[in-house]
Order: sequence, then C-alpha cells, then structure tokens
Amino acid sequence: MLGLNKKDTRFLLIVVALTMATPILLQPFPEGSGLAQFNAGYPDLMQRFAIFGIFAIGFNILFGLTGYLSFGHAAFLGIGSYSVVWMYKLLDYNVIYGLPLAIVMSGIFALLIGYISLRRSGIYFSILTLAFAQMSFNLAYSVLTPITNGETGLQVYTNDPQVLLGATEPRSPHFFGIVMNNSSKVNVGDWVFTFNNGYYFCAVIAILAFYLSLRIFRSPFGLMLRAIKSNQQRLNYTGLNARPYTLAAFVISGMYAGLAGGLMASMDPLAGAERMQWTASGEVVLMTILGGVGTMMGPVLGAGVIKYMENIFSKINDQVLHGWFGWMPDGLEDFVIGISHFFVGKSWHLTSGLLFMIVVIFLPGGLVEGGQRIRAMFAKKRGDDDDDPKHQPKQAPHVAE
Amino acid sequence: MGILEVKGVGKRFGGLQALGDVNLSVQQNTVHAIIGPNGAGKSTLLNCFVGKLIPDTGSVMFDGQSVLGRSPHEINQMGISRVFQTPEIFSDLNVMENMMIPCFAKRDGAFRLHAFEGVENEKELVEKAEQMLIDVNMIDKRFMHAASMSRGDKRRLEMAMCLVQEPKLLLLDEPTAGMARADTNNTIDLLKEIKEKRDITMAIIEHDMHVVFSLAERITVLAQGTPLVEDTPENIKGHPKVREAYLGEAH
Ligand SMILES: Nc1ncnc2c1ncn2[C@@H]1O[C@H](COP(=O)(O)OP(=O)(O)OP(=O)(O)O)[C@@H](O)[C@H]1O
Ligand SMILES: [Mg+2]
Repeated sequence: MLGLNKKDTRFLLIVVALTMATPILLQPFPEGSGLAQFNAGYPDLMQRFAIFGIFAIGFNILFGLTGYLSFGHAAFLGIGSYSVVWMYKLLDYNVIYGLPLAIVMSGIFALLIGYISLRRSGIYFSILTLAFAQMSFNLAYSVLTPITNGETGLQVYTNDPQVLLGATEPRSPHFFGIVMNNSSKVNVGDWVFTFNNGYYFCAVIAILAFYLSLRIFRSPFGLMLRAIKSNQQRLNYTGLNARPYTLAAFVISGMYAGLAGGLMASMDPLAGAERMQWTASGEVVLMTILGGVGTMMGPVLGAGVIKYMENIFSKINDQVLHGWFGWMPDGLEDFVIGISHFFVGKSWHLTSGLLFMIVVIFLPGGLVEGGQRIRAMFAKKRGDDDDDPKHQPKQAPHVAE
Repeated sequence: MGILEVKGVGKRFGGLQALGDVNLSVQQNTVHAIIGPNGAGKSTLLNCFVGKLIPDTGSVMFDGQSVLGRSPHEINQMGISRVFQTPEIFSDLNVMENMMIPCFAKRDGAFRLHAFEGVENEKELVEKAEQMLIDVNMIDKRFMHAASMSRGDKRRLEMAMCLVQEPKLLLLDEPTAGMARADTNNTIDLLKEIKEKRDITMAIIEHDMHVVFSLAERITVLAQGTPLVEDTPENIKGHPKVREAYLGEAH
C-alpha cells in the first residue's frame, strides 16, 4: 500500500494510530491525582512533540543516513519561522501561504550552505555548518533587523498590511478557518482530554513527513546515502558521485527543519533569533542520538523524551517534592529532597544529561536499540524466532572453506 | 591500439621513484597480468588508471580517451571497475544491498534523485544482482551483513560488485590474496567463465603464479617501477630477467 511493503505499511499505520491517539495516551493519570504532574497531553507540549519530531526526522535523513553531522540546522528552523510570520504580516493569518514559503526558503539556504560545507567532511563539515548557523543567528539578531526585528523578534502588528485579511477572519494563525489555538476538552470520568486543532494540524504534517522519510529510507537514493556513510571510496569507484547525493540529503533535511520552524510560528505567531542559536542545533543532534541514529522511529522518540523532560521535569519544584516524600521521617525527607533537587526543576538538564550518557554508553543504537533488545529477550524466552529480517541477529560469519 | 594505452607514466613519492617510465598496452579482450616483487609499484600503477593518483608524467588512455584528471566515478562510468588489494565493500550493508549499488550506478549514472521508487521494486536490477550472486556462489548469503563475512567472501562480493557492472576493463589487485586454495581455484574458474561469456578485458596483479599462469594471456613484469619485459606466459616462465627480479639479485 502507498508504495510500501506490508511490514512498512503496518509500521506506518501504527505510527498514525499512535499520533492520532496522543492526546489520550499522554494523559494516563486522572486529573487531580498526585501523578497528574506527569501527564503530557496538553496542546502546547503535544505540538512541540510533533514539531520537533519533524525536525528530528529530517535531521536523521542527513545525519542518520549519510553520517554527516550538521551543527547548524537550527538556522533553517529560524528561516522557516520568519517566512511564516512575514506571510502573516503581508497577507493574513492563514498558514497556507507561510508554510510552503518556509520550505522553499530553507531549501534555498540549505542549498547554499550545503554546497559550501560539503566541500569538507567529518569534523570540518560540522564546524562549517556551525559557523554558518552562528552567522545566520548574528545576522538575524542585529544586522538584518529590518527583516527580523532583531532582539524583539518578529511579530504581527495592527498596522501591518495583511492585504488578504477579511473582516470575519480569525486574528490568530489558522488553516482555512480552523484556528490553531482552539481545542475541545472531553471529560471522561476523572480524566480530561484536550483535542487541539494545532496539534492535529502538526500531527497530520508530521505523519506526511514520516511517510516521506520512510519512502526515502527504502529508495535507491536512501541506499546511496547509507553507502556514503559506509564507504565513500567504494561508492566513488562504483561510478557514483557522492557530492550531489549528500547535497540533496542536506537540502531535504534543511527543508524539514524549515517546515518545523514554520510550524512553530503557526502555533504561536512569533519568530525570534534565539531559535537559530547553536544550542537549538545541538538539541536535535541529541534527540537523534538519544532515540537511535539512522532508525525510523528513533529521532521521533528522542525528540519526545527530551521535550517531555524539558517540560515535565522542569516543573517539579520543592513543593511537589514535599508532596511526594512527605510520608518520610523529616530528616530523611530533607535528604531525599536535597538529592532530588539536583535532578528536577531548573536542574532537569542533569537528568537528561545522565540519561544521554547512559544511552550512549550502554545503548549506542539509542532507545530503539533498547526496545529491540527487550523484544529479543522476550522472543528468546518464548523460544520462537523473530520473523523480521531487519531485527534478525546477524548470521554467523561463514566458516572459511 | 590497445583498450588501455599507458605511455611514459612516472610517479614519485617524496624521494621514492615509485614508477619510472611505464609503457604498457592492454589489448581488448585479453587477460593481462602485471607481476613483480613487493613494492614494485603495481598498485601505484593501478591507482593511476582509476583516478586515485595522478601520475607526474605520461599519459593513460582508455578507449581512446584520457583518464588523467578525471575523478574516480567518471572513470568508472567510462567502463573501468576495480577490485582493491584489501576488499572495499559497503560493510554496513547486507550483501544484496552491496550488489544493488553498482546496478544502479550502471543504469542511472553518477547521480539520480530516485527517492521514492523502493529498492525492492526494481525487479530487473534485483534479478540481475541475484544472478550475479548465483554465479559467484553467494546467493545463500544475500541477507548477510557484509562486515560479518570472511575475507574470502568479502573479496568475492567485491568482485561480483565489479562484474555486475559489466565493465569493459576490470582491474584486479591481488584478487586471491588471503583466500584458501579452494577459493582461489573457484575464483580462477569464475574469472575464466566470465571471460568466456562476456567481452571483457582484465588487468590483474597477482603474486600467486598458479593464478597468473592459469589466466593470463600477456604478462608484464614490473620491478622498481619499470617494466622489465612483456611477453606471453610461456616465454615469461623461463625468462632470466624475471627470475633475477624475483630472486632479488642485483642487475
Ligand atoms: N601514497 C603513497 N605515499 C608514499 N609512498 C607510497 C604510496 N603508495 C605507495 N608508496 C610506495 O611506493 C612503492 C610502490 O608501492 P605499491 O603499493 O605500488 O607496490 P606493489 O607493487 O603494489 O607492492 P605489493 O606487492 O606489496 O602490493 C612502495 O615502496 C610504497 O611504499
Ligand atoms: Mg600492491
């Protein structure tokens, strides 16, 4: 179906189902219970899961397949955001104008930056992309103020032209009248589920992005990209020119980043230079590695885990901790809270850092490898073989005749 | 006029004259062996044919066109494939994927953005790759991870990858090094078979004289960067200069 084989179709359908059910799945704890802290089914966060999922999926096409590690992809995020906000300012709040522009603009910039950066490989390539991204950041922050509104960030003002804005049209981002901010809340017993337009808009695009990347992974183009990572010398002596392949991968992943940036501005009509900072570029690298480089699901998973920790762990303050550990004897309680303090609230980075280290050291294949190992363990226990050729243990080396 | 014409090729590495003044003509549809002691410059010479090295002097013409200054992928697209002294394969991919890459390169050229087709739907190429794997006796290993194979298998895979491109000229740098006797004989048979089935020219570097004399129609002996003699296998066998070069006696 859809140009995919049976296994991939099943995979895609599972992803679609999970994405659609996210507002329910991320809300496992009843409202008002002690664990409601850990619910993540609110619009703002779910939108971020989808958007950073797209960012990471695109990044993985470059980094996961070719092995070229870009430290400058946040630049495209910013370009995407600025494009969308400009369309709000000039035309109106329908995101239909801004998003295609975001993809095109980031594609053009990626072509330029990629063309130059790909003259080098390895660490030099990474440094070049980093330099370009920092340059873009500085340009956006100061030099290009007329376009980016510098420090303040680009936003829509009442005196902007907005030539297409109708009298009855929504005054916030929408897609042909479907207003992103709007949600409907559904109460089921003690549970509250929020179904937000913005999330579903991002989710549908994320699924398309995922599908596209699945097709790329299975295509001859995807095979060439993996070949580049594996042995560029052999590729050249096989009659293939690695340069245009890597450049195409760079541009495609830049366009994914631009789309993600555009979606950020579609949820919240703002664009600021800080989106282009190197920390943002680094974040997508972490997401991809944490989830599993070169796997389909890994980057999405990594994006989810990091965004979850950023939003949920950072909200756990002393008060919450007292609530949890209140049953302990006082001395012990203070001690436990003292320790926990390092890992939650403002210090959530410590937790994510530790998690990252544990994964890199023990699961070089990322969280996906963790999942595969657990699956393999269960399969072994049941004593049946895994029919999935991808996950089949490597055949033992053939004994030399 | 040979399919490969090498004239006055010289290459210097710092103080070392790796190639002196090499003249060589490989005739179409022959197996031409280049032999010589270690460090004679055989691999260096091959590197000059495929764009890995650019000689300091001289010219290398393939099929009437100069290969000098062209990049490796352009030279391959002209019809030269090469098997390396240490097998160069895509070790992160499985055997079948390794085979598909040269198939695409042959059909689609140096670059094509075919991002949506699905590799497994390319029935014609899949069949071609599988047929080649049958020919080299590796079809049962087609889903094996290339990195986990024995050295002999890696070599066979590399050879299959080159052969599936149906090159006009196949360059083989010690194709049987590191192989067990049985594997060596299989390789000889395979190359003979390929030779019978297709119009192909081979230039082969080899230390194993059994291989050389089983396959070669012409032999060039290289020593210290210069060809000593070029002749038929029969004449080379008893040639005093060759024995001298191999026994390392001073001239
Ligand atoms: N890239 C290089 N830089 C410097 N010296 C080199 C380089 N490549 C080869 N050489 C030197 O050139 C000489 C010829 O090397 P080459 O590899 O061509 O020999 P060969 O005939 O293939 O030997 P073998 O039978 O051991 O493979 C050697 O002395 C080698 O050390
Ligand atoms: Mg050599």
